Amino acid sequence: MTNLHAVAELHRPPVDEPGPAVPLIRARGVSVSYGARRVLGDVSLDIARGSVTALIGPSGCGKTSFLGCLNRMVDLIPRCRVTGELRLAGADLLDPTLDVVALRRRVGLIFQRPNPFPFSIRHNLDLPLREAGVRRKEPRAAAIERCLRAVGLWDEVHDRLDHAAGALSGGQQQRLCIARALLLDPEVLLMDEPCSALDPISGATVEALIGSLKERCTIVIVTHNLAQARRVADRCALFWLRDGIGTIVEQGTVGQIFHAPKSEITAAYVRGAVA
Amino acid sequence: MSIDALRRRRTARVVDAAVWGVPAITVAALAWLLADVVWHGAGQIDLAFLTTAPRSAGRAGGIAPMLVSTAIVVAIAVAVALPLAVGTAVLLVEVLPPSASAGRWIRRSLDILAGMPSIVFGLFGNLVFCTMLGMGFSLLSGGLTLACMVLPILMRAAEESLRGVPDGCRRGALALGMPRHRAITAVILPCGMPGIIDGLTLGVGRAMAETAALVFTSGYVDRMPSALTDSGRTLAVHVFDLSMNVTGGDRWAYATALVLIGLLLVTAGLLSLASRFLQRKGAHKP
Amino acid sequence: MTSISSRRPAERLFVTGLGLCGAAASLTIVAVIGVTTVEATPALSVAGPQAFLTDDGWFPLSGRFGLMPMILGTVLVSLGGLALAGPMGIVSAVFCNHYAPAAVATAYRLLLKALAGIPSVVYGLWGLVTLVPLIAAWAPPGASLLAGILVLALMILPTVAVVADSAIQQLPPALHRGGAALGMRRHTIAFRVVVPAARSGLATALVLALGRALGETMALLMVTGNLVQYPSSLFDPVRTLAANIALEMAYAQDIHRSALFVSGLVLALLVAAALVVAEVLAPDGTRHVD
Repeated sequence: MTNLHAVAELHRPPVDEPGPAVPLIRARGVSVSYGARRVLGDVSLDIARGSVTALIGPSGCGKTSFLGCLNRMVDLIPRCRVTGELRLAGADLLDPTLDVVALRRRVGLIFQRPNPFPFSIRHNLDLPLREAGVRRKEPRAAAIERCLRAVGLWDEVHDRLDHAAGALSGGQQQRLCIARALLLDPEVLLMDEPCSALDPISGATVEALIGSLKERCTIVIVTHNLAQARRVADRCALFWLRDGIGTIVEQGTVGQIFHAPKSEITAAYVRGAVA
Repeated sequence: MSIDALRRRRTARVVDAAVWGVPAITVAALAWLLADVVWHGAGQIDLAFLTTAPRSAGRAGGIAPMLVSTAIVVAIAVAVALPLAVGTAVLLVEVLPPSASAGRWIRRSLDILAGMPSIVFGLFGNLVFCTMLGMGFSLLSGGLTLACMVLPILMRAAEESLRGVPDGCRRGALALGMPRHRAITAVILPCGMPGIIDGLTLGVGRAMAETAALVFTSGYVDRMPSALTDSGRTLAVHVFDLSMNVTGGDRWAYATALVLIGLLLVTAGLLSLASRFLQRKGAHKP
Repeated sequence: MTSISSRRPAERLFVTGLGLCGAAASLTIVAVIGVTTVEATPALSVAGPQAFLTDDGWFPLSGRFGLMPMILGTVLVSLGGLALAGPMGIVSAVFCNHYAPAAVATAYRLLLKALAGIPSVVYGLWGLVTLVPLIAAWAPPGASLLAGILVLALMILPTVAVVADSAIQQLPPALHRGGAALGMRRHTIAFRVVVPAARSGLATALVLALGRALGETMALLMVTGNLVQYPSSLFDPVRTLAANIALEMAYAQDIHRSALFVSGLVLALLVAAALVVAEVLAPDGTRHVD
């Protein structure tokens, strides 16, 4: 285990340890364009270390694009351009020379659809560890058990680690993916509607898990489910389309957003009056 | 019932009969062919036939050197063509943007290559490998010629298989902080392996069955090859030679053909087992 | 998946390797055609390209290079084979999709696969030993255009059937249901609705099979008798271009050898023409490897 932390440290560029006042993630005027089409404009947001931030709002207003900027998955989209200022613990995330591989090990991502690799459960979990340079078997096995326990999957699968991951239920697959992301001890875990492709019971299991992960890492979750945002998040940011471009209309604590919204759009949205 | 309705019903019956007739003819033809091969060939086959060298131009003895030559030629072809094919497929699917003109050019050139008659490969191989590169009639020349021939088959299979790999796997691997080449070699290629193996089945089948491209590249010599630079006669070439050039060689030609068909079936069976095993290992719940 | 460049040396090396694979793979056809052309040049320049079409007879050692009888022989055998295999293949595809119970269709598709997997030399052997004597008993000599057509038909049937099958499978299911909803009979739906709707895919199947037929060498060499002549009936022997190469390469020297490369080039061009037609005909989204 210590071994693994040492490995994770290797990938952390030396930065000044931010004080409690400095947010872990700091976005100022972030805009995203796909070719000539601007999808996200002028987003400013602070995310504190150890918090759960929910990005809410209707489909197609740039929440996922914003999430993609945080671990540079947007690089995969052809002709995608990001401007503005985006920092993780002081490091410039939009620097074109940034080592995105190292970044993605610090900032994990959970997809809407569970995407275990079509290998065995063990192989799914072994891969990122081996990639990170954990050569020896015992620390890998220990890390796998630790992360499977963290997502509550250990008791369900410890006796069939060599079975196909694809044979697990949807909820189990999603928890496996979370465990897989946790293996490298990311500072931030991004979740893109992690429960929306699951049945309600599996969804509730995954949702319960999010609360318990708070101690390990900072979580940014995109969700359409307002009740879910209320249950799991400390802070919320409401994304909305303005003139065809997504932006944040209001952000604050869950209490502010749901009980004392400043914007009428927010008030109407949380009431369920507009979609 | 009106006459019209009766006539229509009769038409239906005639058409239906014709539609069932075609597969019946096909089945009958295949059965006839296979029955002939087995009928004339099975009697000659025993352990000695498989393990000894031919005598009196193939009218006695066995086919051991041909089995070895076939295996070597096919192995060379696969060893050369498979990495090239998979590399090209990865380039097309994972590296080049879909609109790249380089990709279109590569695809089209392989399409044309796939359509070339095998005798043209024979000419090419004879000229380039045997003459220009000085390999002479050899297993190496034959294997390299076959490699050119099966390259497009393997490439297309690998390409389609990689395209079928869910994007979730691809993005999942990258999101875990895998560098792209590791995402490809550790995740995407293993995901696409069943399809690549299916392509291999086709390619190996084609290579084992080939005659025209080999007659003037790996040659006719029916001795046991002792080096890759030796000429060697494959099973298919042996069948050809026995039936065309050896009077009274028919039964032995049939026997060799039967072994060749058996070998094709066994290879296809083994490879499809491998493919299925890999698929099951990674089975996704529907 | 756009950023091809990378700062990681391992990744750069990897991408370079892939690029080399792609370059080698795509240059293979260039090499095949280029080398064949270069080798064909001496004969083409000595005799002139038109000699290969107009000379009366194939006596390369005495400077007569007429390929016409062999071109005609090749085309006749191929078209004859296609005339049989085409309709049978299309009916096979219709059978699999609209007539056969699922299990029968699966078995039949497997059988077509088996037919496609049988080596051409085995078809040739069977034709030579079984078919040719049968034809000879009826109209000697037996080894003939007809024998070639029958053997070839069997060989290209799976090509037609498999490509036609996938063309029909790609049709929207609504087409079939729509016909059924109109109270049409099965054969009406199959041959009046489905086959016309799939016609471009079916045409592709035919042309691909033709390409395969034009290039077939060994099986035809074994059953067509190999006389260089214009056949006057189905029972006359003919020699195909591919068979000619296979027959004479063993001893051809100098200009003769060069002339064989010319016939190889002609063959390649015939097949390439068929492929171009196939590509023009192919409906979007269907790609083929034979």
